[in-house]
Amino acid sequence: MRPDDKQQTQQEMAKVEQIIGVILQIGVIVSAIIICCGLLLLLVTGKSGYSSNHFPTHFGLIFQGIAQLKPFAIIMLGLFGLILTPVLRVVVSIYAFIKEHDQLYVLITTAVLLILILGMVLGYLNIWP
Amino acid sequence: MLHTVLIILGVGILAGIFGAILGIGGGIILTPVLTLGFGLDIKYAIGASIISVIATSSGATIAYVKDDLLNLRVAMFLEIATTVGAIIGALLVGVVHPNFLYVLFGSLLLFSSWNMYRKLRQGQEVLHKVKPDRLAQKLRLNSSYYDKNKKQQVPYQVENIPGGFSVMFGAGLASGMLGIGSGPFKVMAMDTFMKMPLKPSSATSNLMMGVTAAASATVYFFNGSILPQIAAPLAIGVLVGATLGTRIMPHLPSKWIRIIFIPLLLYLGGQMIFKGFGVTF
Repeated sequence: MRPDDKQQTQQEMAKVEQIIGVILQIGVIVSAIIICCGLLLLLVTGKSGYSSNHFPTHFGLIFQGIAQLKPFAIIMLGLFGLILTPVLRVVVSIYAFIKEHDQLYVLITTAVLLILILGMVLGYLNIWP
Repeated sequence: MLHTVLIILGVGILAGIFGAILGIGGGIILTPVLTLGFGLDIKYAIGASIISVIATSSGATIAYVKDDLLNLRVAMFLEIATTVGAIIGALLVGVVHPNFLYVLFGSLLLFSSWNMYRKLRQGQEVLHKVKPDRLAQKLRLNSSYYDKNKKQQVPYQVENIPGGFSVMFGAGLASGMLGIGSGPFKVMAMDTFMKMPLKPSSATSNLMMGVTAAASATVYFFNGSILPQIAAPLAIGVLVGATLGTRIMPHLPSKWIRIIFIPLLLYLGGQMIFKGFGVTF
C-alpha cells in the first residue's frame, strides 16, 4: 500500500468512526426519550397497564401494548432500543470495513453480529430450566 | 410503585455521578445497592444494571472517538470472546444458586477496591517494549494513538493475543453473569496481557463494554429479567448522573474521593459475601 493510500484510509476511517459516534448518540437519545415518555405516562396515570407484576417481553405484546398506550409497553420498547444501540454500532462497523476493503475484519465483525443475534435467539427461546 | 420509581431514579443519578468521578461503571455500585438496600432479587438487579452499563458506554463513546484513541480492530476481534462469554454468563445466571452470585459479586467488589488502590499509586504511562508478534501482524492489530501531552502520534504493537483473548472471555463471562461492564478486566487484558498502552486500552474497553453488555442484555430482556419499573428509571438516572459527573469531575479532588470510596467498596464486598453465605446482621 502506498503512503498516500494509507493516509486516505486513515482519514476515511476517522470519518466513519465519527459517524458511528453520532449514530450511537442519536440511538441513546431516541431510546431515552421513549423511556421518559413511558415513565411520565406511568407517573401521571399511576397505572402500568398490566396486572400486578406483569410486563411484556415479546414484540407482539409490546406493540399491542403501545397501541393501547400502556406505560410498561412503551418503556420496554425504549429499553430494547437502548440495547440495540451497540448492536447498531457493530452493523455500521461492518460497513466501515467493507469500504476499507478489509475482508478479514468484515468477517470478524460479522461473526460478532451473528453472536449477538444468537444471544437474542437464545433469550427469545428462553432455554432456562 | 411510583415512590419506588422516583427513588430508583435518584439512585441512578447518584450512581452515574460517582461512576463518572471514580472512573468505574455504575454497575458495580448498583447491584449491591439494589440487593442490599432494596431487597431486590439479584437476578433483577443484574438485569437492571446491565441496561445502565449500555447507557453509560454508548453515552461516553463519542468522547473517545474524538480523542482518536480507539482501536476498532482490537475491539472487534476481542468482542468475539467477550460476547460469547457474556451470553454464557447470562445463561448461567438461571442455573447457579443466587448465593453463589452474591459471593462472586462480593469478591469482585474486594478486587475493585484493591484495583482502585493500585490506580492511586500508578505513575506515568510507560510504553512497553514489545517483540514483533506474528499473529498481531496478521490480524493488523498494531496501531498508533495521539498523545495529547506529548503532542505526537505514538505507534504501538501488541503481543500475546491468545492470552488477551482468554482474559476477554472471562471478562465477558463476568459481565453477563453479574451485570457489570467489567472495564477493569478488559483494560487488564489489553494493557497487562497484550501490552497495549493504557490510553487506547481504556478507550477500546469502553467501546467494548456496550457491545458485550448488549449480548447478555438481549438474553435478559427476552426472559423477563429486566423489570421496566426498575431498569427504566435507573437507566435515565445513570445517563443524567454520568453527564453531570463528567461536568463536575474536573472541579473535584478525585484522588480524595477515591480514598474515601475504597473502604466503602470493601464494606459492600464484605456484606455481599456475608449475604451469600446466609449471614445477616
